[in-house]
Amino acid sequence: MSTCVDRLEGPGLPLRGDNIDTDRIIPARFLKAVTFDGLGDHVFEDDREALADHPFSNPAYQQAHVLFTNDNFGSGSSREHAPQALKRWGISACVGESFSEIFRGNSLAIGLPCVTVSHEDIERLMSVVEATPSARFTLVLSDRTLTVDGTSVSVGIEDSVRDAFLTGTWDATGMLLDDFDVVRGVASRVPYIRGF
Amino acid sequence: MGKTLLKKVWDLHAVRALPTGQTQLFIGLHLIHEVTTPQAFDMLRARGVGVAFPDRTFATTDHIIPTLDQARPFQDALAEEMLSALERNCAEYDIPFWNLDSERQGIVHVIGPELGLTQPGMTVACGDSHTSTHGALGAVAFGIGTSQVRDVLASQSLAFDPLKVRRIAVNGELARGVFAKDVVLEIIHRLGVKGGVGYAYEYGGTALDRMSIEERLTVCNMSIEGGARIGYVNPDETTFDYLRGRPFSPSGDAFDRAVSWWRSVASDADADYDDVVEIAASEIEPRVTWGINPGQSVGVSGRIPSTGAAGADGAVAEALDFMGLTEGAPIRGTKIDVAFVGSCTNSRLSDLREAARVAKGQRVAPHVKALVVPGSRAVLAAAEQEGLHQVFLDAGFEWRAAGCSMCLAMNPDKLDGQQVCASSSNRNFKGRQGSPTGRTLLMSPAMVAAAALAGEVTDVRDVLG
Repeated sequence: MSTCVDRLEGPGLPLRGDNIDTDRIIPARFLKAVTFDGLGDHVFEDDREALADHPFSNPAYQQAHVLFTNDNFGSGSSREHAPQALKRWGISACVGESFSEIFRGNSLAIGLPCVTVSHEDIERLMSVVEATPSARFTLVLSDRTLTVDGTSVSVGIEDSVRDAFLTGTWDATGMLLDDFDVVRGVASRVPYIRGF
Repeated sequence: MGKTLLKKVWDLHAVRALPTGQTQLFIGLHLIHEVTTPQAFDMLRARGVGVAFPDRTFATTDHIIPTLDQARPFQDALAEEMLSALERNCAEYDIPFWNLDSERQGIVHVIGPELGLTQPGMTVACGDSHTSTHGALGAVAFGIGTSQVRDVLASQSLAFDPLKVRRIAVNGELARGVFAKDVVLEIIHRLGVKGGVGYAYEYGGTALDRMSIEERLTVCNMSIEGGARIGYVNPDETTFDYLRGRPFSPSGDAFDRAVSWWRSVASDADADYDDVVEIAASEIEPRVTWGINPGQSVGVSGRIPSTGAAGADGAVAEALDFMGLTEGAPIRGTKIDVAFVGSCTNSRLSDLREAARVAKGQRVAPHVKALVVPGSRAVLAAAEQEGLHQVFLDAGFEWRAAGCSMCLAMNPDKLDGQQVCASSSNRNFKGRQGSPTGRTLLMSPAMVAAAALAGEVTDVRDVLG
């Protein structure tokens, strides 16, 4: 069983913009490797090249653990390299208005929670980080809260996903193999496997 | 109340309710390629876990392979390392692998349907977001990440949360020069790039009913660009005709029995949908993207949006700045440098025929580099059989070997600098085609061919006469 994930703490990093896709998080040329090692060095590489004061390049945010994003973050490809790169850079939780489904699933599979907040809350949280980059945020999945400076906001996360983090079953392999006879049973009843 | 195809397939493949509340879902067909799998096999080895159903996983190579010089070892050592890893992994775990020397090699989403591997009522998973393509055959197909590839290899199943179903009915006749690509670009434009999050898209209506399987593959392919991880079309006579006689299709009496089961998995007439959207086919014209996500498109007779228009936000300004386009200008006449016909969206025989019909007897504009990259070895062979390659070569297009090529530029086919590419692929994201500042205009293969000849975006309806 993998580690239980409940409480995550640290400074934030505000990354403004809707529909930030996985090609931007980690350009395809960095997928040309047989391991995930070193991906953290290339997170948002082309965006950072194009924008000198990109938040991921900003010295004030280099200690960040909590990534703040807007709408539909992680859209596009199914490359797990995207959350892997963020995690290897130092991000341990994503807080955004919404996430693409595959990105969120890939993040769950590597123990990186993605939780949602309202547009108003994300604006306020990003403003807090921009004003005080050292501000420390505490995300508690069991309470569904994100707290900074004594103020809490509630965060959205599906029950099943939260349970997977809290019980350490976000790495699903063990759970899926728990009752393998049942899997064999399904295989034997599916017409296209059983034979027509 | 009846059931949707998604619900029927879900119920059949549900292994059990997991302690988390998710469903453990059996995966009937697992397709793999070189890019998203080496780490998954390493994770298996590290855990001492084997491959549960090696006969339900099939491998090919597509993303990184060169389309010109395929001599081994590849000039790109990283690409060579990836292909070598897949060769080793497939050999070690007894997974069938259609490598470069196989006539069955090709883009994973082209060969699955082509070989009859993908069938109605199946669950299909692959480490690639365009796995939604396979839904065109009435399968429930979705993209997964590498850790999930590990899970499917280990257990032939995945932990999954249920999805809602939105039926998208496109009714009426498509006008001449309007293709499946235009239909799906219109859908994404209307419903937005995140409109499908939490949904599976069921495509139907008389326009979809009339479409060939290859056209339906194009529509389902881009479901994920609208945020929907799954897109499907209910199986019908067109589906059954397509599957008859393919290498992995049932044969003889078994085929007839398969058809009666396939028929039964289609959504019931009184199925309950979470949402229904209707679109009139007659309102759709050839579309072109002007921005940096696939929702940012306009009809070819339309204009690039204004940054100050109602509903426009900073996203329009950001997109136009990146694309180097002028707000309010007609999209027609936008100069291009490169034309690319290919990708899992539009690289099948019918796509190449449409592009060739436009290119026949014409010449590519002198400043344009134009590439045609068939989706599979089989498509390549069929196209050559009917002389399409000669049409392209005579017109000044390059005719390449099968692969993903310039859709995501993990091989040597890349844009250079700020080049503008008319592309039949699926994503116009910043940097998608290999140059961080490269610009992509998505459109149908016929529109790409027309743009290649004119050297600028043009209305294929004028060319077709």
